[in-house]
Amino acid sequence: MTSVLRAAWLIARKDLRVEARNREIAYTTLFFAMACVLVFAFAFVVEGQPLADAAAGILWVAVTFSGTLALGRAFERERQSETLRALLLAPVERAAVYLGKLFSLLVLMIGVETITVPVIGVLFGAPLWRAPWLLASLVAAGTIGFAGVGTLFAAMLVRAQSRDVLLPVLLYPIVVPVIIAGVRGTAAIFAAEPDFAVAQSWLAMLIFFDAVFVTLALWVFGPVMSE
Amino acid sequence: MKQLPPLLLVIAALMFMRAPFLIDAVRYESTMGLVQKIFYFHVPAAITTFTSVFVCGIASVIYLVRRTRTADHVAVAAAELAVLFGAIVLVTGPLWARKAWGVWWTWGDARLVMTFVMWMVFVAYLLLRRFGGPGSEVLAAVAGIFGTVLVPFVYWSVNYWRTVHPQTTVIKTLPPDMSYVLSWCIYTFLVLYAALLMIRTRLEAGRATLDDAFLALED
Repeated sequence: MTSVLRAAWLIARKDLRVEARNREIAYTTLFFAMACVLVFAFAFVVEGQPLADAAAGILWVAVTFSGTLALGRAFERERQSETLRALLLAPVERAAVYLGKLFSLLVLMIGVETITVPVIGVLFGAPLWRAPWLLASLVAAGTIGFAGVGTLFAAMLVRAQSRDVLLPVLLYPIVVPVIIAGVRGTAAIFAAEPDFAVAQSWLAMLIFFDAVFVTLALWVFGPVMSE
Repeated sequence: MKQLPPLLLVIAALMFMRAPFLIDAVRYESTMGLVQKIFYFHVPAAITTFTSVFVCGIASVIYLVRRTRTADHVAVAAAELAVLFGAIVLVTGPLWARKAWGVWWTWGDARLVMTFVMWMVFVAYLLLRRFGGPGSEVLAAVAGIFGTVLVPFVYWSVNYWRTVHPQTTVIKTLPPDMSYVLSWCIYTFLVLYAALLMIRTRLEAGRATLDDAFLALED
């Protein structure tokens, strides 16, 4: 078990080091998230006032879309230089490769979110300080669910044709529970009359989703990536 | 064994012939009237869809673990049928909703949204198999498993969300004559489903044999 975690940590550190040298994914996904916010601002602001729950919705759209971009790029990098095969040939458990990739993606996505979430809060007047820990937990749990399923599918699709289109087509319906729980939970915090109990039950559902789907991904990653 | 699918098709055809007469004869539901009768096809189609989802999920697990090709053929057949019967559910539902709720579709109802989501998962499954290129059957198996595991989340959200959809418990409280017609229709759909599943699985097996023969010829 510790050897798996150690290998995963090494893989994550390798990814983060590559990223730290050119910062391609961090910059592009961050500004892509901003571009999403811009597009949705025109759709959901009426007469200068954002619609009810608009901030929660835009936040999760930005997380989902920029996350998809990060997933695609993270594995495109491995494909271009044929390094995924090298990773899979490494004498470690397959699960370690999955966990390492997941961890580096989580660091990236959460890093981007620490900037986008406050920006959205400022632009749409969302009360970020009303329940900061609950909000942070919702965003973190949602990101883990999204990246947990996304890492598996992005890794699987590396060798498939039309992978760019197939990734969102497969991923979005499966992470719908994450989006619903994230948006509803965040909206419950941002609402004029906040309901923290509702937000907490959505958080519990997200954690349950994460546990089930990350376990499932760990289990299928080996057989799927075997040939 | 080979005669079983045609036999089932004939049985399904006979049962389907009787179904409209039964539905016509059964009493009108007191508040909704005629439009409620769509329920006798809507509910069986929904039950068949979810049966198919589970068949696909189980076949996908078997394929992923044992790599038996028959399991893969069953999974494809089940995924296609889930999309087909899901389409029936998604068409008959709004027809009823327009009359009963005044709108074709509502996003406020968990069961509608989640049926749509499940349908999308299996459409994505078919797209993956069609456009994913070689090796996509393994990837599709994962999509099938994930899609099936999603179903309990469907039911949880039904209970948590306030919902306008009639609860499934309504089926237990039906008067006997109405529940007889409903059961008749459910069995009709399931017999048809079994026949189609076997025929489609056999077609897929035939296609695989043809592919193998073609590859053997090329070598």
